[in-house]
Amino acid sequence: MSLQFVVDGLLTGSMIGLGAIGVTLTYSILRFSNFAHGDFMAWGTYATLAVVSAIGATFGKVAPIAPLSFGWPLLVALVVGMAFTALLALLLDKVLFSRLRSQGQAIIVVMASFGASMALRSLLEFTFTSRPTYFSRAIQIAMPVGFGIRITPDQIALLLLTAILVLGVHLLMTRTQTGRSMQALSQNPALARIVGIDVASVVRVTWIIGGALACVAGVMIGILVQIRPFMGFDMLLPMFAAAILGGIGSIPGAVLGGLIIGLAEAGAVQLIGAEWRAAVSFIILMAVLFVRPIGLFGVRER
Amino acid sequence: MIDLIGYGAFFLTTALIFSLVTLGLNLQWGLTGLFNVGLAGFVAIGAYTSALLTTPDDAARLGGFGLPILVGWLGAMVVGGIAAALTGMATLRLRSDYLAITTFGVAVVVQLVALNAQKLTGGPFGIGFIPRPFGGLAETPLLFNLSNLAVICVVTLIAYLSLEHLSRSPWGRVLKALREDERAAISLGKSARFYRVQAFAVGGAIMALAGALQAHFTGFIAPDNYLPILTFQVWVMLIVGGSGSNLGAVIGSVLVWGIWAGSGTLTSVLFAPEQQARAASLQIVAIGVMLCVILLIRPNGLFGDRPRRPRLDKRAKAAATKGSSGS
Repeated sequence: MSLQFVVDGLLTGSMIGLGAIGVTLTYSILRFSNFAHGDFMAWGTYATLAVVSAIGATFGKVAPIAPLSFGWPLLVALVVGMAFTALLALLLDKVLFSRLRSQGQAIIVVMASFGASMALRSLLEFTFTSRPTYFSRAIQIAMPVGFGIRITPDQIALLLLTAILVLGVHLLMTRTQTGRSMQALSQNPALARIVGIDVASVVRVTWIIGGALACVAGVMIGILVQIRPFMGFDMLLPMFAAAILGGIGSIPGAVLGGLIIGLAEAGAVQLIGAEWRAAVSFIILMAVLFVRPIGLFGVRER
Repeated sequence: MIDLIGYGAFFLTTALIFSLVTLGLNLQWGLTGLFNVGLAGFVAIGAYTSALLTTPDDAARLGGFGLPILVGWLGAMVVGGIAAALTGMATLRLRSDYLAITTFGVAVVVQLVALNAQKLTGGPFGIGFIPRPFGGLAETPLLFNLSNLAVICVVTLIAYLSLEHLSRSPWGRVLKALREDERAAISLGKSARFYRVQAFAVGGAIMALAGALQAHFTGFIAPDNYLPILTFQVWVMLIVGGSGSNLGAVIGSVLVWGIWAGSGTLTSVLFAPEQQARAASLQIVAIGVMLCVILLIRPNGLFGDRPRRPRLDKRAKAAATKGSSGS
């Protein structure tokens, strides 16, 4: 068994983990499983792609940055895409989720997110068709780094980007007032309100972080694999599994859960074949639910 | 005229098969408050089980036991019920969202098995030569369609009457009590988990039966029949009809299937053939928006029986009220 699966697993795991941060935040602060989260991912990626194309049309062909397959247009587009996805999440909350939340039926919100997910995904399919597209069709040469492992410059850059983002979110959650408010709200909503936490702003920050990170995860998939309307929906189960494995509400847990699932998937591809890859997250999910439902870093619900 | 009757019979047969799935979902969600977003998986389990039991022997895959159709239907219900019970046992002691995620996973896995376990399911090529009730009448389509309709009418009626009876029986009252106020019901000595697993299993069995019926009417099944879109359609049917009402489940199914088939016909008339795949996705957008709008403005649907109070622990309730004061 070649060790190459470690690199593949870490990459898949980064994408899952970045997505799972949004899932875990929505779950612990707004208290519902957002089935539309995967579609935020896909929408963010298509928005980024649209901006890249627009820049390409305005400035002509831009040479990529030395060893990478993409240049500054993608970086600019990514920032725009993140903002767009955050806005999309805020908008959906405004017109749909917040109204249903106020009716006090948690599971109705889940159902609405399921409907929104279908509508969002099909709208993408209608606009861009189901044919896959790519940020770049250039093929990168993978560099050997020892132990039979090969890695491309793109992959290194994306792993670094993930590490920076995760560290950033972690610092935000632990070192800033907003982050502490978010934690307080997820641990005891009633008490958090009594001590005067601005719930509306916490809700906004939750959607902004979740949406922006979903966009980054989607763009990573777009760079490394391909862009399809279903790309986010296919990530939904791995993201849920990662969030539950890590323990709902825990950001380090979501990332670690994502990495574990990514590595397990990559290992399974080598051992039993790529066609069963999607079953891995289900098996891990079931195992966690049976053995330790609060996950690795979870706290028991009171 | 004859064509029209034939089409009407065919349309109603499909709609009533959907209504059977919706009835199963209504037992799980409407009566018990269990959120199943993987029902396509249970429908598929039923279809494949019955197909395996009743098709003639096939060298290319396992089984083909050539058993009578009724055995296939019963087998489908048993296997579907067991699958649902296992899913329920794993998750029903946890927060309700976990059930949603798990059932979603079940549907993904069933889809994977249908696609990849070629020895069992025929893989992407599906299973053909599934015996059809009244297959001898296939020469005269009208008679064939009408007798199919008669069969599905009888099955739906039986399911409807038994479910009505069940929901009024002591068993049904326990389920409703659990749905409305779990703590009160538990304090009366009812095991919440035990009853929920039962309700989930019976609902799963009905869905599997619907899958089996569908398989036998079309004579051919393939993994593509059981995509998440199926789950979605049935949910819209139940919400439109009104969760909690069996009558609503049936009428909602016929109504939504009518809208769906009608808009399908409309797009095929309005759009050029190469645009039709895109038009079909627009159809899904419309139905998705419809679901969200109904949830917002008329959450009880046409016949819904309740302003419901689902399982909420203290913290979830606090979060819910937070939404009103917050954003």
